[in-house]
Amino acid sequence: SPQVVWSMLGNRQFCSYKMTTKTQNFCRNEYNLTGLCNRSSCPLANSQYATVREEKGRCYLYMKTIERAAFPRRLWERVLLSKNYEKALEQIDENLIYWPRFIRHKCKQRFTKITQYLIRIRKLTLKRQRKLVPLRRKIERRENRREEKALIAAQLDNAIEKELLERLKQDTYGDIYNFPIHAFDKALQQQDAESESESDAEREEDDDDEDVDKREFVEAEDSELSDFEDMDKLETSSEEEQEEEEEVEKKASHSKSKGKTPLKGPARRKRPYIEIEYEEETEPSTKTKAA
Amino acid sequence: AGEGSAPTPGDGGGPSAPERVLFPPTFSVSEIKNKQRRHFMFLRWKQQQRKEKLALKKKRRKEREALGDKAPPKAVPKTIENQRVYDETTVDPNDEEVAFDEATDEFAPYFNRQTVPKILITTSDRPRGRTVRFCEQLATVIPNSHVYYRRGLALKRIIPQCIARDFTDLIVINEDRKIPNGLVLSHLPDGPTAHFRMSSVRLRKEIKRKGKEPTEHVPEVILNNFTTRLGHSIGRMFAALFPHDPQFIGRQVATFHNQRDYIFFRFHRYIFKSEKKVGIQELGPRFTLKLRSLQKGTFDSKFGEYEWIHKRREMDTSRRKFHL
Repeated sequence: SPQVVWSMLGNRQFCSYKMTTKTQNFCRNEYNLTGLCNRSSCPLANSQYATVREEKGRCYLYMKTIERAAFPRRLWERVLLSKNYEKALEQIDENLIYWPRFIRHKCKQRFTKITQYLIRIRKLTLKRQRKLVPLRRKIERRENRREEKALIAAQLDNAIEKELLERLKQDTYGDIYNFPIHAFDKALQQQDAESESESDAEREEDDDDEDVDKREFVEAEDSELSDFEDMDKLETSSEEEQEEEEEVEKKASHSKSKGKTPLKGPARRKRPYIEIEYEEETEPSTKTKAA
Repeated sequence: AGEGSAPTPGDGGGPSAPERVLFPPTFSVSEIKNKQRRHFMFLRWKQQQRKEKLALKKKRRKEREALGDKAPPKAVPKTIENQRVYDETTVDPNDEEVAFDEATDEFAPYFNRQTVPKILITTSDRPRGRTVRFCEQLATVIPNSHVYYRRGLALKRIIPQCIARDFTDLIVINEDRKIPNGLVLSHLPDGPTAHFRMSSVRLRKEIKRKGKEPTEHVPEVILNNFTTRLGHSIGRMFAALFPHDPQFIGRQVATFHNQRDYIFFRFHRYIFKSEKKVGIQELGPRFTLKLRSLQKGTFDSKFGEYEWIHKRREMDTSRRKFHL
């Protein structure tokens, strides 16, 4: 009888569904209506009992009566509740008519809670779901190591510099940078070296005549140019600049424009670098040559 | 080591391989049970190997010098890049099919200069300080980009709004344990979505340089080493982030360099010291990316059509095989 069951399991001896905590006792039985371990809510200790459980989103009302106590297989009778909330409540009422108030009330409460959490599940699945992907330590370590090696193999600075110089050669920058030496080198390599240099020299000498006065003017601006370049390499940079200016001037002469900007205007010849330093001394002689 | 010096019982004295038999049979270093002695013998053996190797090298060098001009050319050392397994999807520059594909894919409007890139940068939920700062710096590096906070919004809701406001690209920086570790780059009007694993992120103050901040000029873009078809599409994705006409006055360059499937991003300012020399100074953040997946449409992890996913078991089998 239920009283005996309760006096044994509930109070004194061991019940495997019972979980005790400091303040309360819980019942882990899946048919338990409230979840607490009480005389009135223990499914084992009550011969007439009912619960609401949900399976795969549908709610069922489970009922247990004394008549079937001897047949464990048929003990729990299951009724599918309608999806409509009010109709389901009416169903509970009509199935549990004449049942104790407590069980009826608790069943309806439980059903309400279940429907609420089902609604919540549905809402949440529509929102973004975050999936946690675990990091694998070995793989992370391996990838980090490979990344380091790839970085070393990449030699990024060199690659970038090379690419930039390539773009300079291919004239993507247009007229901004005045390093036409490479154009001249290309021309040299195309086996028109001597004739071109001669013609250029002539042109340059012509321009030399014109720009004699401007030379000093330009040198001052050379130093301005070199401000943003390495001050360490003043000599080389100034030489290069002078070369550049030569080239620019040559280009200008190629394009036959006499209006040279002061920055690019100097009268320098495009001869080996060392000579540039002594240019002023040797120029009169070359001019005489041209003449 | 055992086989050379200690002949197996079967071989000893057998007529099958009389040259290999050594009398008396020597022991191998690995058979000594005492660890100290074994270690000592091993070191001795190692030193001997090194000596032999050095002697061989010297001999070879002497021969080389002796031959002078007639010496055979030096052997090229093997590198992983040399030994790379040839990928059949490597793009040939003259391939018409690829050219046609590229003319009609989702980036065609960008490359035909019909659209101007406009980029939205955002993070995952609740970004920490480092990620926020990284986003800001990234926004300075990429022109015409805006950072927005993600307050728990679903990406699928954000995307239609972005499209309505004419954004062309969406970058989502994923964060884990206070550092950014993932990047989702999505080309917006129905474009491909690429998911990367981001590592070694350095903010501007951590980079050892003495440069100033990146200016507002449009930088140039360098894309290195994107050889395969997949690499090509990723490269185009990166290129589509930046406006078409770089302002050379700014002298800034953003580089995406692919090496062994790792994409290194750097942002430099360059200056041409001479015609053969250029100086670069690194400003701007740096990070490395590794592609994890490429998806055809916009971001949709459940129902999207994936063009490429990194499957570790299948793809990481060879050390010399790379996919980008």
